[in-house]
Amino acid sequence: MHALLDAAMGRYRHNPTCVVQILREVQEQAGWIAPAALSYIAEQLGLPRARVEGVVGFYSFLHAQPVGRYRVLFSDNITDRMQGAEALLDALCRKLWVERGKTSEDGLVSVDTTSCTGLCDQGPGLLVNGRAIARASRERIEAIGELILARRPLAEWPPELFSIADNVRREDLLLGSRPEPGAAIRAALARGAGATLDEVQASRLCGRGGAGFATGLKWAACRDAPIQNVQGASRFVVCNADEGEPGTFKDRVLLARHADLVFEGMTVAALAVGARKGFLYLRGEYRYLLEAIEETLARRRAAGLLGGDICGSAGFDFDIAVHLGAGAYVCGEESALIESLEGKRGIPRNRPPYPVTHGYLRQPTVVNNVETFCAAAWIALHGGESFRAVGTPKSAGTKLLSVSGDCERPGIYEYPFGVTVREILRDCGAASVQAVQVGGPSGTCIDATEIDRRLAFEDLASAGAFMVFDETRDMFEVARNFAHFFAHESCGFCTPCRVGTAMLADAMDKLHGGHGSQHDLNEIHRLNRLLQATAHCGLGHTACNPILDTFRRFRPAYERRLSSFDFEPAFDLDGALAEARRMTGRDDAGAHLAAEP
Amino acid sequence: MSDTQTFLLDGEEVPFAPGQTVIQAALAAGRYIPHLCYHPEFKPHGSCKVCTVRADGRTAAACTLPAQAGLAVESETEELKELRHTLVQMLFAEGNHFCPSCEQSGNCMLQALGYELGVMTAGFRHFFPIRPVDASHPDILLDFNRCILCELCVRASCEVDDKCVFALSGRGIGKHLIVNAESGRLADTEVALSDKSLQVCPVGVILRKRVGFAVPIGQRKYDLRPIRATALESAPRGPQAPGPCPSCEEGS
Ligand SMILES: Cc1cc2nc3c(=O)[nH]c(=O)nc-3n(C[C@H](O)[C@H](O)[C@H](O)COP(=O)(O)O)c2cc1C
Ligand code: SF4
Ligand code: SF4
Ligand code: FES
Repeated sequence: MHALLDAAMGRYRHNPTCVVQILREVQEQAGWIAPAALSYIAEQLGLPRARVEGVVGFYSFLHAQPVGRYRVLFSDNITDRMQGAEALLDALCRKLWVERGKTSEDGLVSVDTTSCTGLCDQGPGLLVNGRAIARASRERIEAIGELILARRPLAEWPPELFSIADNVRREDLLLGSRPEPGAAIRAALARGAGATLDEVQASRLCGRGGAGFATGLKWAACRDAPIQNVQGASRFVVCNADEGEPGTFKDRVLLARHADLVFEGMTVAALAVGARKGFLYLRGEYRYLLEAIEETLARRRAAGLLGGDICGSAGFDFDIAVHLGAGAYVCGEESALIESLEGKRGIPRNRPPYPVTHGYLRQPTVVNNVETFCAAAWIALHGGESFRAVGTPKSAGTKLLSVSGDCERPGIYEYPFGVTVREILRDCGAASVQAVQVGGPSGTCIDATEIDRRLAFEDLASAGAFMVFDETRDMFEVARNFAHFFAHESCGFCTPCRVGTAMLADAMDKLHGGHGSQHDLNEIHRLNRLLQATAHCGLGHTACNPILDTFRRFRPAYERRLSSFDFEPAFDLDGALAEARRMTGRDDAGAHLAAEP
Repeated sequence: MSDTQTFLLDGEEVPFAPGQTVIQAALAAGRYIPHLCYHPEFKPHGSCKVCTVRADGRTAAACTLPAQAGLAVESETEELKELRHTLVQMLFAEGNHFCPSCEQSGNCMLQALGYELGVMTAGFRHFFPIRPVDASHPDILLDFNRCILCELCVRASCEVDDKCVFALSGRGIGKHLIVNAESGRLADTEVALSDKSLQVCPVGVILRKRVGFAVPIGQRKYDLRPIRATALESAPRGPQAPGPCPSCEEGS
């Protein structure tokens, strides 16, 4: 055991800021992080044991208790559910003789759910020991069950099981450009660092990760921020590939097909701000991309596009390391991401100071989305003016959309900003549309009367998710799924979100169970006001959006669930007998309390 | 010092020194803003959000908001009282707080804040979490049922005691306090009775054994005077609490 631990720590030179990476590798190889292993890692890295235990307890994919030799996690986004994930999960549990959420008696397998794995265009998605599998079906689940029962190591499973499609349906500026590796860097070098930043400012590029902050301003602020005087000090460039917003998968495709463009953009940023080190923070769900990404990085180093004296330019040194996430949506928030990069629980920091002045290791740090870096590389090549010529006056350039849900052609669509929802629905083959969730749970839900609205910062801003719901879908269930997502992903730091998101999920379950009343709807509105006003980060601020949006537009879906317009207690006598029914294997009429007439 | 800078708190001028946050300056000037996770001897943490104020129209936690000249801060408004009221209710609903039988009753900041804000009922369904106590240590009892996750013990143990006896684990509503031992038991940590971490808990989690109820309920700190008055006495008059430290504290 110690050999495995020593090797993992050795790969990171026993650097305590890499403890999340070390734990993730140990988890991958040993299947869990045993108490003695945890103590040893803490001791060797010179960290308090409880701090390391707290890190393990924070990330969904790190386990301080033994879990099955095979850990199957079904993606639990609403789109996976629409594609039948729940029935498949039940079928697998039956086949493997295991209860959902528990490890089988023989320690062989556990089956559970996880937040959206980013395979909505080819769902249901699942993860087996962290490896992504798409297009779950009766047959594929049957085959997976057989492989597990036969105890076949994952390496021997048919490779076809793990194939993931890119499903690119519409290309524009970014997806259509395949510049020669190094071309954007050479263009930037020829122009000079200052002039390159001027081009990015002239392009009016705004961040593609959700908040839409002007990229040029961010870079300039980082360049102008002084480096704190400590050893090995530097500015940093961080690429946010955490892509945790349910229904979003465009960064996955960019990294699978255009990794060079992403790294090109990061290197251009390094030149512009004066950074010597970069990180790609890749969500754990995309672990399967790691080898290919590392190969691309190695190829770029060999070609002189990373490392020392890049492109022969003396003193231009920059390299990129990949850090994997371990199952925490909140780590997409830039300051939580930095905490995670530093080997800590992914808790959003107090601001000010902001990452551009005090980011990774308290040094000036630029954090940008994958797509933002691709656009920056394009701008370095073609100039800011030509970028600005595309899109709308307030939203320059194009946007990649991850289209999923009820449509014939789900996948990746790149459009100039300003495209209407109607055009997108036509292109992806959506009929009898009831609603579209733009930007994922933290975005906006619109109904069929609003499809002439435009995707742009001035109307429907979006990090890229575009989930389509036809008239057969129950929009209350969509909102309930999202409420559970937020409760599951709340980091727990601040009171309003830690307690409030759990209360919201409970309230939605109560309505779902037919025990809701006007009182519960009032409570939801009260929680919304509280979260908007007092939550510590964007997760809490937006956690009520899906409920309020759907309530406003699909009110009957809520009202038909109200058992009365006054208070109704949550306690359900018949429900309390569920445990007894399960233990006795009964579900007949006699095992239920008769409903009051 | 040249002319001091000021901001407005509910329309009245409050002087501040550079580096102070709104709550630090307000308390030093004898102005109370309700708070829970803020402690005058520690760097502000900003997690409970009870100190939420409106500054130039935007809500922010007063304990972490840097004071700025000319800032217009509102605190004693109906809207903010209502938000604080709800937050305190949520904390009561999240844990298991049976005040009449609690050793901390009368000395508890959560209870005192409840009185201050007029909280009569939890207002929400209780979570009734299952949180076993840790009685392993001969002299100290940990009753996690009352933990409000303010991290003061975490901060004190790392920053003052240099031991890191306490830390946090879990996430979301499953977040919880842990101790620094493979066994998970307080008895197996380096904790000592003289530790600062044993003195800072605002509620009744960290208790000394065999000294309970020495002062009868009814004659305790907040029984005698409300939190609004006592908080001002314990406020530091100096400009700044201790600076940043590499502790186990979150979001620091
Ligand atoms: C809860 C939460 C999750 C987020 N997740 C992501 C994410 O997965 N990817 C991303 O690029 N930005 C995410 N963001 C936004 C980042 O904080 C940040 O604004 C962004 O990475 C900046 O890059 P950009 O300017 O290029 O968009 C998230 C924000 C919040 C509050
Ligand atoms: S709003 Fe939620 S996710 Fe953000 S800091 Fe607070 S608890 Fe954590
Ligand atoms: S034990 Fe007390 S001091 Fe420590 S986090 Fe809980 S409430 Fe705060
Ligand atoms: S006192 Fe300010 S957030 Fe707790």
